[in-house]
Amino acid sequence: MHTTLTPPESSKYMRLNLGPSHPATHGTLRIFVALEGEVIRDMKLEIGYLHRCFEKMAETHTWNQVIPFTDRLNYVSAMMNNVGYVMAVEKLLGIEVTKRCQRIRVILSELSRIIDHLVCIGANAVDLGALTCFWYFFRERENVYDLFEALCGARLTTSVTRVGGMYKDLPEGWVEWCRRVVNNLPRTLDDVDTLLTANRIWIDRTKGVGPISKENALEYGFTGPCLRATGIPYDIRKAMPYYDYDKFSWNVVTESEGDTYARYLVRMGEMRESLKIIQQALDDIPGGPVNVDDWSICLPPKDQVYNSIEGLMAHFKLIMHGIRPPSGEVYACTEAANGELGFHVTSDNQGRPYRVRVRPPCFAIYQAFPEMCIGQTVSDAVATLGSLNIVAGELDR
Amino acid sequence: MLETDTKLLANLLPPLPKDLQTHVVSVEEFRGEITATVRKEGLRSLITFLKEDPHCRFDVMMDLFAMDYQNYNQETPERFALVYYLVSLLQNRRLRLKVFLSEENPRVDSIHDLYKAANWFEREAWDLFGIQFEGHPNLVRILCHSEFEGHPLRKDYPSDKYQRLKTTAPSEGL
Repeated sequence: MHTTLTPPESSKYMRLNLGPSHPATHGTLRIFVALEGEVIRDMKLEIGYLHRCFEKMAETHTWNQVIPFTDRLNYVSAMMNNVGYVMAVEKLLGIEVTKRCQRIRVILSELSRIIDHLVCIGANAVDLGALTCFWYFFRERENVYDLFEALCGARLTTSVTRVGGMYKDLPEGWVEWCRRVVNNLPRTLDDVDTLLTANRIWIDRTKGVGPISKENALEYGFTGPCLRATGIPYDIRKAMPYYDYDKFSWNVVTESEGDTYARYLVRMGEMRESLKIIQQALDDIPGGPVNVDDWSICLPPKDQVYNSIEGLMAHFKLIMHGIRPPSGEVYACTEAANGELGFHVTSDNQGRPYRVRVRPPCFAIYQAFPEMCIGQTVSDAVATLGSLNIVAGELDR
Repeated sequence: MLETDTKLLANLLPPLPKDLQTHVVSVEEFRGEITATVRKEGLRSLITFLKEDPHCRFDVMMDLFAMDYQNYNQETPERFALVYYLVSLLQNRRLRLKVFLSEENPRVDSIHDLYKAANWFEREAWDLFGIQFEGHPNLVRILCHSEFEGHPLRKDYPSDKYQRLKTTAPSEGL
């Protein structure tokens, strides 16, 4: 045990170890607490149990081969990681993907955001003893996963994007299917709204629990719903719009309390806003190709590969040597479900990345966890942890 | 600082005080992102200014990470670099600071007291690259195991190298 819990000033405190494998930690997180009665007086965190050196692995694979690794960062909303990574590589290449591709990416990102929030709120409620909401939400999540499966064959680890485009175009009938799923969602949200939002027990367990101030949230580099729950309306989709997010009509949801209840309300609101975006996007999907028309970036169509020497050569070059972006480094960030997901990619004009750095939103947020919990009870810490939505895959990389 | 550098920086910042200007080595723009390379001696005072000056107000340290340029195809002043990503939410501006560190002495002042976020990010840079942060209260490994030897993201660390733990797990022998 290399993280030392500094002995509290007296031995009157009891030490308790939570995790790394504990039902209430949602992943491999280890937490040491010093307790006085039931009140937390000191807390130390140990992370790294799920560390697999994503950044080192990325250096030994071609640019496109890194995409499956990004699935495993925040595996609850894998598609957003796929989008974030390829956006960085495309920025490095200096290309813009087609409007159709952008629109598809927006739809998939917002669906991912919804299922991420569904899992977060559902699991948070389970930790506090409310199982029903979890089932309600997981039913909808399954429906969204069916959509993903129809699109790319995978449900959880989707690897759906490619540099310069997508793995596949939307299959026939997908848009109508998606509309049906999206139209069903508000009812479930209303159901859970009715079950939780004005529920006495839920309010008692979450209001004033695990609060963080505006100033502290900024100090710790909070982004996403946790930052917006403190009253700061910062959302990258509005602040630095990408993929025409500024053309849709939607609002940034904020609350002012910064506690677990505020984070719950922000996530509930954001799902409704995401539904608005998806509906507008589904109504207007531009035609045309999904992939950019550049054979040094995207694979040529199969009939060209089989029937022309140029197509065959382009295919071979791309598979064997990969894309070769110009030397340089860029940072691209997207508003993922947990906050700012940034990829800083460096190229030395080779088929493999020189370095890929990911800025995971969880890493910054989890660091503030002790400060949010000291002075509160262990059961409050469990409620707080659930509302921060720490995903170990992204935290430890 | 060259005149072109000053112009680039002026798009982003109010004019820096004279004593801080000397700490900025160069300013580059690539794909619309501005990177200022700074001297490590002036890093802390520059970041303090950027955070506290009412016209700058870079209130968030979004990211901090290290780079190893050992095999890079372009000449760099030193082997290692640290990259600081500062964001001003109010003015919606982003600035990247880069500070080069030598192979023999990869050491820089910690900024954990300027931004609370820096604490873990600095530990990570120590863990994966072996960058030393002066004044950091708890500079121990964060992602790798405490028995891990070396710094895995350095370019001279082989990606297929295995290390065996010395301490035996309780379940061994089953």
